[in-house]
Amino acid sequence: MVRLTTPLKDTDIEALHAGDAVLLSGVVYTARDAAHARLTELLRQGSPLPIDLTGQVIYYVGPTPTKPGQIIGSAGPTTSGRVDSYTPELLAQGLKGMIGKGLRNQTVRDALMVHKAVYLAATGGAAAMLAKRIVSCEIIAYEDLGCEAIRRLEVKDLPLIVINDCYGRDFYLESRQRWDKTEQEG
Amino acid sequence: MKNINASNITKSVKAACIEACLFLPDDVLDSLKGARLREESPAGLDVLDQLVENAQIARNEQVPICQDTGLVLVFVELGQDAHVIDGSLYDAINEGIRQGYEEGYLRKSIVRHPLDRVNTQDNTPAVIYTEIVPGDRLKLTIAPKGGGSENMSVARVFPPAVGAEGIKRFVLETVRNAGPNPCPPIIVGVGIGGTLDKAAVLSKKAILRRVGEPGANPTDAKLEADLLQAVNDTGVGPSGYGGRVTALAVHVESYPCHIASLPVAITIQCHAARHKEIDL
Ligand code: SF4
Repeated sequence: MVRLTTPLKDTDIEALHAGDAVLLSGVVYTARDAAHARLTELLRQGSPLPIDLTGQVIYYVGPTPTKPGQIIGSAGPTTSGRVDSYTPELLAQGLKGMIGKGLRNQTVRDALMVHKAVYLAATGGAAAMLAKRIVSCEIIAYEDLGCEAIRRLEVKDLPLIVINDCYGRDFYLESRQRWDKTEQEG
Repeated sequence: MKNINASNITKSVKAACIEACLFLPDDVLDSLKGARLREESPAGLDVLDQLVENAQIARNEQVPICQDTGLVLVFVELGQDAHVIDGSLYDAINEGIRQGYEEGYLRKSIVRHPLDRVNTQDNTPAVIYTEIVPGDRLKLTIAPKGGGSENMSVARVFPPAVGAEGIKRFVLETVRNAGPNPCPPIIVGVGIGGTLDKAAVLSKKAILRRVGEPGANPTDAKLEADLLQAVNDTGVGPSGYGGRVTALAVHVESYPCHIASLPVAITIQCHAARHKEIDL
């Protein structure tokens, strides 16, 4: 089990390998499809972003509304592949990590090697449990997007698995090869 | 003739939406616990432990199991001798969803048009299927369906010659393509026969059955057993981290069809298999 604290440095990334279990602490930012569209639109116009991405981690999540007395509603990962087309531009801005669930495309996997970054998964659907590892939450941009607004979260020991490391390995593909019992007839 | 007041329908639907999103049904929870005994991969076991823990936290703290509280699917069985009074049935259902999603702190995930994508802000409208049945009762099955698993669902009409082998290839291809995306362990609902749309509705009905209960038709039940074995042999595993438990169950529902066609629809349901029944 690797303990990591954000912001992440190149040496942190180099020490991570596909399949490693990680407990992440520190600040992470939330963003889903709509926020990604706005961020990359700003970059294409040459305008500054509402957050400095250097060394940061983005969590793909759209939480449920916060009940009175709660820090945040249920907050599990959403499918990462939907933001694949935006990801390389954010990695170029210094983004070091992303948390989601599901497969990334080859372009993203290549960009992780180029920019020395990592893709981690949280357990899909474990949203009530994951919310308990979030110790603070504040909306910092795009409040009009509702559950898709950008939030600044502080997490404590968020349980994650390294899926794509900076060496081009993919834990999903490796696991499937290892556990597949069927003859692949195509 | 029995009169059923629309406001009662609203009240029941509201409560059912909240309960469905907070409390994982016992059969699903038991099935996750049972899966722990079959799972061989350490990463897969960790996931199953987390899911059982998650369901307990959600129940104790009365919070949603998953942040995606879904699009609300409603199956209506309306007795031909029942009469809804003081309002329309569908308006009453949608009003219940509106109230349930607001007061239950559930996420609103519906957009008004597939292309302009403006959120309706109240999680309506539901997708409603109505069957007229004998008697005077009104039965509603409320099933909030997550987007992550729905996005991996498919339907296609095959020539009859592909047979059971063709269905199996289609299911395996779908499960492999989906990989980790629909939050395995999944429940695979397979609808065969009818027309393209009929098969799709059957595949939705299939996910509502008690987890692992065999189909009523022996041919379907045999197909279910074959498919479950094959799906679990893919090795996708919990969360796609590899392992023996990719699916908790495969449920098949069938219907007669045209001599020329074999419609097949596959609904992928994630482990957050939420549903609640209402009898009025
Ligand atoms: S697929 Fe199911 S468990 Fe996974 S995030 Fe969506 S609703 Fe939740």
